[in-house]
Amino acid sequence: MATDQTFPLDPPRPRALPVPPPIGETVVARWTLVAIAGLFLALVLVLPIAGVFTEGLRKGIWAYFKSFGDPDALASIQLTLLVAVISVPANLVFGVAASWAITKFDFPGKSLLITLIDLPFSVSPVVSGLVFVLLFGAQGLFGPFLAAHGLKVIFAVPGLVLATIFVTFPFVARELIPLMEAQGAADEEAALTLGASGWTIFRRVTLPNIKWGLLYGVLLCNARAMGEFGAVSVVSGHIRGLTNTMPLQVEILYNEYDFVGAFAMASILAGLALITLVLKTFLEWRFGDELAANRRH
Amino acid sequence: MEIRIRDLAKDFGDFPALFGVDLDIRSGELLALLGPSGSGKTTLLRILAGLEAPTWGRVFFGDEDASATSVRERRVGFVFQHYALFRHMTVADNIAFGLTVRPKAERPSRAEIARRVQELLDLVQLPDLARRYPSQLSGGQRQRVALARALAVEPRVLFLDEPFGALDAQVRKDLRKWLREIHDRTGYTTVFVTHDQDEALELADRVVVLNKGRIEQIGTPDEIYDAPASPFVFDFIGDASRIPVTVEHGGVVVDGRRLALPVEVLGQGAATLYVRPQHWTIGAPDAPGALAATVAGTRRHGVSRRLDTTLGDGRAVEIDVPPETRVAAGDRLSLLPTRWRLFFADGAAAAVAPVRDPGRVAAS
Repeated sequence: MATDQTFPLDPPRPRALPVPPPIGETVVARWTLVAIAGLFLALVLVLPIAGVFTEGLRKGIWAYFKSFGDPDALASIQLTLLVAVISVPANLVFGVAASWAITKFDFPGKSLLITLIDLPFSVSPVVSGLVFVLLFGAQGLFGPFLAAHGLKVIFAVPGLVLATIFVTFPFVARELIPLMEAQGAADEEAALTLGASGWTIFRRVTLPNIKWGLLYGVLLCNARAMGEFGAVSVVSGHIRGLTNTMPLQVEILYNEYDFVGAFAMASILAGLALITLVLKTFLEWRFGDELAANRRH
Repeated sequence: MEIRIRDLAKDFGDFPALFGVDLDIRSGELLALLGPSGSGKTTLLRILAGLEAPTWGRVFFGDEDASATSVRERRVGFVFQHYALFRHMTVADNIAFGLTVRPKAERPSRAEIARRVQELLDLVQLPDLARRYPSQLSGGQRQRVALARALAVEPRVLFLDEPFGALDAQVRKDLRKWLREIHDRTGYTTVFVTHDQDEALELADRVVVLNKGRIEQIGTPDEIYDAPASPFVFDFIGDASRIPVTVEHGGVVVDGRRLALPVEVLGQGAATLYVRPQHWTIGAPDAPGALAATVAGTRRHGVSRRLDTTLGDGRAVEIDVPPETRVAAGDRLSLLPTRWRLFFADGAAAAVAPVRDPGRVAAS
């Protein structure tokens, strides 16, 4: 039989076969993983935070706000703010100076400094507090000197500030060092060849380059400074209305079965954490490419 | 601005990045520092700019000893490999930076700065991009802005570190030509670093070839290409075939056969003959006093055809011939170099006598 020479001009295309996604997990496996993660988050994060607010509001909105009227509660809020206002700028200056020194210069002891900056992350906060008691306490190294000059560090505001600075000082430096390392020194060198002085270079070139990273570090530093419990607890002495910060006040109220008061105070800390989270997310979303944290993750 | 470098050395820890560097940079010339990575070329440039301090030696700007002066005092323009534009400033602010950071007494008025910025934007052919940010520019445009920024402070000398290193081939070619034009128009003494031999040979008035922290050769592009001073320069610049030979009684001997060269070679012993692909004459097979070669393959190579040939000992020799030459794999040829350099094992170039246009012979 003669072959028919007509061919269809547009032969039907073979239908694409459903190809499993290259990562290989089945739909069931993926949804199971998502569900486990979601459940876990709900259990250890969402539920407790919701619990804080419901416990605080258990006796109504009036009791909730009334608990802040207590002078000791007010004093603890003021003290927390005071400690943060001193220690955060201190760590900002230290963090910028340390990152600048580490990333732009070579000097003896550089790697030691890098290691030391991480120390507060690896040491238990309680130990951090104890160190200051050993240094400045009545029986401590500088105790007699301080007593002789009528200065009080431990069980007073200076001790709280010192312990907070110690615990929070990695935050700014840890954020800036990788960022400034990635940026290198070329911008500063360019400014130098164009005749700018050191301060002008910092103000007009370096600072604008690191501002979002710096803000991010300050944000985390502040959150930790306000929320720190362990180190502060050791040096505080728990003097009501004088050396109790908010986290310490929460513990005291809780131990006295003043649940509304404790949870109301805790809700402020939780609220602060939520605000921090929102700001942090915003910074990461808007300026992600200028944050070292995003490159690390 | 004339720059003199005397006995310069730089160590990074135990690693000697530069040593024994002597160089005179002439006023108004366009000089290339050429070398492979790690040859010390960028270090040399940074020392000249004052961004790096030498371990030893001196740098003179004119008659002034610049060794002890800071970057700011040297008043140099420096263009960085990755531009180093300030990303939070507009193009105009970038270019104006060097003027705006001056102390109040020396700072030009705002109108004067704006006028100068526009002038420079015109010079680098980006007149309409003043309000853009660096991230909105292409690589080539960024490089132009970086150059305008460096020129804004009216530097005494202009340094460029791998100015076209991060750009693609076509942009590179255009910018090369453009940089030459800018140089000719402004007359700045310009030193640039490159690892690209074509760039150095095409663009520069003089080329300094660096290797492992030492200067191998200083010369015009013609001198560097036609008369490489060392085996390194021969290998690094252009293509060359290397043929191991023995020098005996003034003659060059390959495979026991003395080449019919019209000169007498001074010295004795094992040496290497360097010949560029275009410096061969081809003769009929088994010509006396010539190398015997077999064609292994041919390929098109730019305007000419390149023959891959092998000598008796299997060593490869590349030869450029006009593309219409009829050769095929398997053909046997005889080869004689028209232009060549002979280096003894210690790297010394062999001298020839009588001294009459060394290396050049009438086609045999």
